[in-house]
Amino acid sequence: MSKAVLIDLTRCIGCRGCQIACKEWNERKARRTSFHGDYTNPTALNSDCYTHIRFHEQEKNGVPVWSFVKNQCLHCKEPACVSVCPVTALKKTEAGPVVYRYDRCIGCRYCMVACPFHIPKYEWESALPWVQKCSFCSERIKDGMIPACIKVCPTGTMFYEEYDKVVAEAKNRLNRSPAKYVKHIYGLEEAGGTSWMYISGVPFEDLGFKMNIPVAPLPDLTWEYVSHVLPLFGITFVAGLGAWVITRRHANMNKEG
Amino acid sequence: MNDTKEIKMMTPFTMVLLLAMALGFVVAIYRLVNGLGAATNLNDDFPWGLWIGFDLLGGVAMAAGGFIIAGTVYLLNWKKYKPIVRPAVLTAFLGYLMAVISLFFDLGQPHRIWHPAFMWQYHSVMWIVAMHVMFYTTTLAVEFSPMVFERLKMHGLLKFINGIMMGVVLFGVMLSVLHQSSLGALYLIVAEKLSPLWYNSLIPYFFLVSAVAMGLNMVSLESIISSKAFKHKPHMDILQGLARGSIITLGLYLIMKVIYLLQGPGFAAIFNGSMEANLYLLEVGGGVVVPLVLLLGTNVKQGVNGLLTVNILVVAGVLLNRMNIAVFGLYGYGKSMGGSYFPSVMEFLLTLAIVALGIFLFKVAAKYLALFPEAEMQT
Repeated sequence: MSKAVLIDLTRCIGCRGCQIACKEWNERKARRTSFHGDYTNPTALNSDCYTHIRFHEQEKNGVPVWSFVKNQCLHCKEPACVSVCPVTALKKTEAGPVVYRYDRCIGCRYCMVACPFHIPKYEWESALPWVQKCSFCSERIKDGMIPACIKVCPTGTMFYEEYDKVVAEAKNRLNRSPAKYVKHIYGLEEAGGTSWMYISGVPFEDLGFKMNIPVAPLPDLTWEYVSHVLPLFGITFVAGLGAWVITRRHANMNKEG
Repeated sequence: MNDTKEIKMMTPFTMVLLLAMALGFVVAIYRLVNGLGAATNLNDDFPWGLWIGFDLLGGVAMAAGGFIIAGTVYLLNWKKYKPIVRPAVLTAFLGYLMAVISLFFDLGQPHRIWHPAFMWQYHSVMWIVAMHVMFYTTTLAVEFSPMVFERLKMHGLLKFINGIMMGVVLFGVMLSVLHQSSLGALYLIVAEKLSPLWYNSLIPYFFLVSAVAMGLNMVSLESIISSKAFKHKPHMDILQGLARGSIITLGLYLIMKVIYLLQGPGFAAIFNGSMEANLYLLEVGGGVVVPLVLLLGTNVKQGVNGLLTVNILVVAGVLLNRMNIAVFGLYGYGKSMGGSYFPSVMEFLLTLAIVALGIFLFKVAAKYLALFPEAEMQT
C-alpha cells in the first residue's frame, strides 16, 4: 500500500520544527541567510533545504492574519520527473515516495525543468553535482518509522496514513467544518494527484500555490508523442524504401528505353 | 591539381578561430574543475540555458541539411543535388559534434554520458534524444567516411561503405525525422511553464518543419560561402532548387504558426509589447515572413547575394526560435519563481569556441578531403 500525507494548513503555527528536523535527519548543511523582508527563510528550497515554511501575511477585517505553508516535494502519483529522467534515476516507489538514485543520474536536469511544483534542486556549487529533494523519508518508512518532519510537528499539522484514508480524512474535515476550510483539496487532482495533499482556510491562490497545474497526469503530455515514435519510425522507413525502389526502377527503365 | 587544395590555412581568420578555440578550451577545463555554478549563470530557476538552447537545439537543427540532401540524392535519386551531398553531410556531422560537445559540458556528471545506452527509460523523451544522438552521430560518421577513405586510398573499405550507403542513408533519414521532432517533444511536459506563443501540442512537428527550413538554408549558405571563399562557381540551379524547397517549407511553417497562434494566445498577444511578443515578432517576421517575401519576389532568386541574405535570415530565425523556447519562453516562469538568467561570459566563450571548431574543421576538410568533387572537376 502507498502512504500519503494531508497537510492541514489551519493547524500550522509556523514553528519550523519540521524544517530543522529535516535538515538534521538528512544531514544537510546550514547556509547563511540574511533578512529580506519576511519570515520565510530560506526564501526558496535549495539543495540543502528539502522543506521550508512559507510565511504569508494578509489582512482580514482590518487585522493582520498569518498563514504558514509547508513546502516540499508532493510525491506525485504519476510524477513528471520520473517520466522525463532518461536513466530512471528518479523512481516512484510502491510505498509512496519518489526517490532519487545517485548512482544513475547524469545531471541533465530535465527533472528540474519538468517538475510542475518547482521542487528538484541542484548542487550548483559542486564540481560533480547531484539533484536534491525531499525523499518522503523513504528510508525511515522502510524501517517502520514516520517521516522526520511529521515526527516533530507539535500541532499534528500533518496526517500520515494510507492514501485512501488520507483522502477520506481530508474530505471528512471539509464536510465537518465547511466554514473553516475552502472547498478544495490541493493535490487530489493537481498533476493527476499527489501523495501529499493540502487543505486550507485561506484560498490557495493567496498562499503561493500554483493553480494552473494540469489535472491530467503530466507524463501523458509526452506519452502522446512517445507512443507515436515507433509508428513514425516505421512510416519513414517504408516511405524512404518505397522512394528508393520507385526511383531506381524509373532510372533503370530510362536506361533500357 | 585543383582549386580547393590551394586553400590557405594560415590566414588571419584561422588565427581568430584558433584563438576562440583556445579560450574555449580554458573555459572547458575551468568548468570541469569548478562545476556548473562557477562557470555558468544557471540556477535552480533556470536549469537550462545558452548551451541547451543554442548549441544543442540549434546545432542539431543546423544539421538537418544532412539527412535532407542525402535522402534526396540516395533515396529519391535526384542527381542534380549530388555535388552538395558531401558538404551537407559534413555540416550535419559538425552540427551533431557541436551538440555532443556542449551536452558533455552541460551535464552535471559528464563522465556518465553513456548511461542512457544501458539504463533504458523509453518514456523519457530525453532518453530518445540521447539514443538518437548516439546512433545518428555514428551514422553521419559512416556517411562521411568515404571522403576519408578516398584520401587514404583504402579502396576495399570505400567499396564496402558505398555498397551499404543506401541503407545507411535510409537509417539516417529515419533517425533524423524522429530526432528533430523529439527535441521539440522535450517541451511538451512544460505545458503551464512555456509561453503560449510557443507551446502547443504539435511542438515536435514545429521543430521538424523548421529544422527542414534551416537545413535547406544552411546547405545553401555554406555552398555560397564556400564558393566565395574557395573561388569556384556556385551551382545556381542547385541554389534555386534549395530556394524553391525553402518556399514550400517556410510557407507550411508560417501556416502552422498562424493557425496555432490564433488557436492559442490569439493575434493580439504578439503585439502586447512584452519581451516574449517582441522576440516572437523578430523570429517569425525576420526569419519566416521576410525571407518568404524575398524568395517570392522574382529578382532575389537570380542573384547569389539575395539568396545569401535569405539563408542568413532563415538560419538566424530558427536559431532564435530554439533560444525562444529554451530560454526566453520560459523566462516568465523562472522570474515568477524569483530567479533571473543571462549567460555568463564563460558560457558565451564556450559556445563561440564550439562554433569556431565547426568552421575550422569544415575548412580542414575542404582542404584535405574531396569535399567538392564536382567543383574540382570543373577546373
